[in-house]
Parts: sequence; C-alpha cells; structure tokens
Amino acid sequence: MSTTTSAATHPARAGTADGLRPGRRGALPGKPGTRSAARSRELGACGVLMAPFFVLLLTVFVIPVFGAVQLSFFSDDQPGLGFGPERTVFVGLRSYQAVLSDPTFLAGLGVTALYLVIYIPLLVVAALALALILDSGAVRLRRTAQLGLFLPHAVPGIIAAVIWLYLYTPGLSPVVDILGKADITVDLLGLHTVLPAIVNIAMWSNLGYNMVIFYAALQAVPREVIEASVIDGAGPVRAALRVKVPLIRPSLVMVAMFTLIGALQLFTEPMLLSQSTPMVGSRFTPNMYIFDAAFTRNNYGLAAAASVVLLAATIALSYGVSRWSNRTGTPQEDDR
Amino acid sequence: MSSTPAAMRPRLLGRGAVNALVALFVLYTLLPVLWLLLAAAKERDALFSSNLLSLGDFSPVRNLSELFAMDGGLYGRWYVNSLLYAVVGAFIGSLLSVACGYAFDKYRFAHKEKLFALVLAGVMVPPTVLALPLYLMASQTGLVNTFWSVFIPVLFNPFGVYLGRIFSRGYVPDEVLEASRMDGAGELQTYLRVSLRMLGPGFVTVFLFQLTAIWNNFFLPMVMLSDQELYPVSLGLYAWNSNASVSPEYYPVVVTGSLLAILPLIAAFVLLQRYWRSGLTAGSVK
Repeated sequence: MSTTTSAATHPARAGTADGLRPGRRGALPGKPGTRSAARSRELGACGVLMAPFFVLLLTVFVIPVFGAVQLSFFSDDQPGLGFGPERTVFVGLRSYQAVLSDPTFLAGLGVTALYLVIYIPLLVVAALALALILDSGAVRLRRTAQLGLFLPHAVPGIIAAVIWLYLYTPGLSPVVDILGKADITVDLLGLHTVLPAIVNIAMWSNLGYNMVIFYAALQAVPREVIEASVIDGAGPVRAALRVKVPLIRPSLVMVAMFTLIGALQLFTEPMLLSQSTPMVGSRFTPNMYIFDAAFTRNNYGLAAAASVVLLAATIALSYGVSRWSNRTGTPQEDDR
Repeated sequence: MSSTPAAMRPRLLGRGAVNALVALFVLYTLLPVLWLLLAAAKERDALFSSNLLSLGDFSPVRNLSELFAMDGGLYGRWYVNSLLYAVVGAFIGSLLSVACGYAFDKYRFAHKEKLFALVLAGVMVPPTVLALPLYLMASQTGLVNTFWSVFIPVLFNPFGVYLGRIFSRGYVPDEVLEASRMDGAGELQTYLRVSLRMLGPGFVTVFLFQLTAIWNNFFLPMVMLSDQELYPVSLGLYAWNSNASVSPEYYPVVVTGSLLAILPLIAAFVLLQRYWRSGLTAGSVK
C-alpha cells in the first residue's frame, strides 16, 4: 500500500523506476505494484476531470428530474377555513388523470403529432436532397451555397420567429403586400395556415444545418464505392439513392432523432406567434401547456405531471426510432 | 469535383435545373435576413409602407440611437447580459464537458457505459421538465431572479460530453498519452499541456454549439427572471414584441434589435469557420 501512495505522489519516480528495469515485455508496466499505482493515478485524474461536470449533472439534471416526478404526485391542499399554512399532500395519480383527460393538453399533443408528421419528412428530404446535389459536384459556387444555406442557423429561434411573424403580418410584410397587389389575400396566420407557418420557421432555421451534417457524412463515403457503382452502370441519381443514402444511414437516424426530440419541445415559435394571432392559444403545444400550468395557474402538480408525460412520450418515441433503425439496419450490418 | 467520374456528371439540362433548385433554396434562406437588414436600416415609416424595397430613406444611425435610447437604454443592458451568459457560460461549460468527455474516452472505470447513458439522457430530457423543479430550487435558495439562476443551469451541456468523447478518440491518439507518461508527466498535466491542445478544434465546436444554445435560450430566463435588467436579448425582444401589438413604436426597435442580436453569432461562425467545419465532420461521421 505504501508503494501505491508514494508512486501516486511522485509519478515521475514511478515512471523512471519502471523504465530502468531491463527485460520487461515491451513498454507495458509489468510489476503489479507500479501497475496499480499507475491505475490509481489514472483514476484520480479521471475523477478530477469528471467531477465538475457530474456535480452540475446532479444539481441541474438528476435532482430536478426526480423533483418533477415527486411534484407530480403531490398537490397543494387548501387548509379548511384558511387556518395554518398551505399543506402539500400526496394525491397519487390524480394529476396524471387530470392531465390526460384535459382536452387542451390532448389537443396540444395532437398539434405536436401533426407538426411532426409534416416537419420531419420535409426537413430530412430537403436537407438530404440538397446535400446529395452539392456532393454530386454539379453545383457551382458550392462553398457560397453552403454558407448561404447555413446562415439561418446563426439566427436565434426567437429572432427567426420575429422575422417570419413580421413577414406574415399584413401592413409590415412585403410578401403579403405583393400578393395583395396581385389580388391574392391570404391570412398566413389563419386556422389552417398557422401550423404550416410554424413548420416554415423551423424549416428555415434548421435546413442548412442538417444539410451540412449530411454533406459531411457524404464526403466521408469512399469514392471507390461510388466509382464501382458507376462501372456497374448506375447513373448519378441511382448512385445517390442506392449507394450513398444507405451508407449515411447513421446520420439520417441521428438527424431524425434530434429533430424529433426538438420538435416535441416546440415552444419558442408558437409562444411568439401567440402574441399576434388568436389561432395560437396559451396551451397550443405540450410545452406551452406546462408553462401555463406552472406559472400562470400555479398548479405545480399538474405542470409536473404534464412534463413527466411529455418525457415519457419523448423516451418512447426515441426508443421506437432507434429500435426501428436497428431492425431495418441489420441486413447491412451482416454484409460487412 | 475533379475526382467525380465523367459518367456521373449530370447532363447539361439536369445540371441547369439542379443549379436553379439550389439557388432557389439559397434565396429562401437569405431573403428573410436581407429583409431584416433593409428594415433595420430604413426609416421607421418605411417599415409600414410598401416602399421598403426602394432605395433611399436610409437612417441606420438614427435607428440605432433610438434602439439604445428606448426604455432608458434597456437594450444595451440586455446585450451585455447575453454576452455574459453566452460567452462566459459557453466557455466554462465547454471546459467542463470536454474534460468529462475526454475522461470517458481515455480511462477505464466501473459502470462507465451506464454513466455515459445517464449523460446522454441529459440530451433527451426536455428543458421544460427541469424548469419547474429548478425554479422551485432557485426559490428555496434565494437565487431566483438573479444572474446565477440562468447562468448555472446553462453550463450543463451533455451533448458537449458526447462530442468531447468522440473528439478525444479522433484527435488524441493513445500513444501520445503513453509517451507523455513515459516522460514522467502527471495525468492532469498531460491533459492540460498536450491533450487539450490537440482537442482544440473539437473544443471550438463544442463552444460554438453551446454559445448558440445559450444565446438562443429563451425558456429558462422566462421562467427565472422577472427583473427586466437581467434579461438576455432574446427575452427582451420577446417582451418588446408583446408591447408592439399595443404600441407600434416598438416594431422598429424590435427589428433593429433583432439584427444586432444576430451579429455576434454570425461573427463567431465566420471567424471560427475553420474549426467548426472540421469539428462538425468528426462529429457526424461516427
């Protein structure tokens, strides 16, 4: 034990002692004592490197998650006749029952589902198509095009929403104005247009970023593979769809997964639009419902239950996507 | 691309169509920003009339002075706040998460993959789930409605740990660590003097990701802060926009303020382009 501590406090000495001994197998430290000394030094350093992050993880992640679950089982009880302080009582699953039977929450889930169904395929297909086109080398000014497409990523979500809100607003928007001159009147924030309007903001913000991810993955596809497919008689479109796309599957799955998780947290854009159109209520999406329950209605139990439901839905959907991608991905794994 | 075989190049007609398609998408991404630029530079009345696209009536200086004079110079405060939250927060946050990701890659210890799964869970959990308990914790400790109530939670960047692990595997060969150990350097010394330097481009990528995320952050400040003096730009512009529906004189300042709020991120992306490009590639391949 004493060798361990001395080696730990004097790493340099342990190292030289190790190096002086002849006939050792290669560079591996062979003696059990020095090996465990090195090992404990490594573990110490590892602890120092990881501890700050894990303290943070515990404080702002693990404790709050358990806090949310705990909150969801309790409710503030109004004491009879106003005597004594407000008590917090255990109510079991009552808050969950309230959330899941609340039509405004279910409507929010419906909105999110519809949003997902429109947004994810559009985003993935458009970003992938652009990446394939740029990768094919058919486009001039590739670097410029990429920078242009990527630019909206540098625009904060709330500002993207402000820009588009003003572009949707009659009297401010040159688009509505020009359409008006052509005798076309559209209410871009109407009952049927408000969800596409939100999809458009999200598309605009994220298209270029995801294109860059796909493009980077495509650049890593070995050129010989593509050349081989060309020799086999595949045209550019066929080579792209049959050869390149399957090879960047991991990127596709990753983008779909992150987009899904992000989309379930839809908040900023509808929150801003809700200031300007009655079509977006204060509980338009599950996240807005949670915010409204917690900070407008001060019903912490309800808000916590709704957030746990949203968390469960997120986990279930992510798990579903990864299961599905693993299953459909198996044949290719076998090929290798 | 010169290495693309001739047979793969699309025919001339296809090439024209493909170029037009890309150009269309580039217009789609650029025009709204161009509108913002024009609207911010134009005289206030031009915003409400259709002559926005005409040349003339520019008054960028007056717009700026109006922006910084509005509500007793609140915008300047917000801007400084945002810079503090985002630049300092992203720097410290990236240091913590890259160090952690590096340790995940280079050291063996018990339950490593379980702990890593816990970190990844941090990526998936919606911020709203955490916001209410964090708010209650901040109320109990008296931190609510202070700088720290926003600054501490934004340091947490689990995706940075994930990237840090990938970058360590890609950029820091194990042989380098062995060599450094042979030279008698301590583990932490090796990390600070050798590994962190090799992780440079990866660090910049993590920093940029986090800078963007904090600069964009809207939900947490909205929950934590009631004092307008502590607002970041995002929340401040939201507040001004909600005023605008009642008093339209807020529209021009929201527009000019939005344009100014984009500039730091664009500057960061352009200046650090070389780094994040290589970082993004490394992150997406594996």
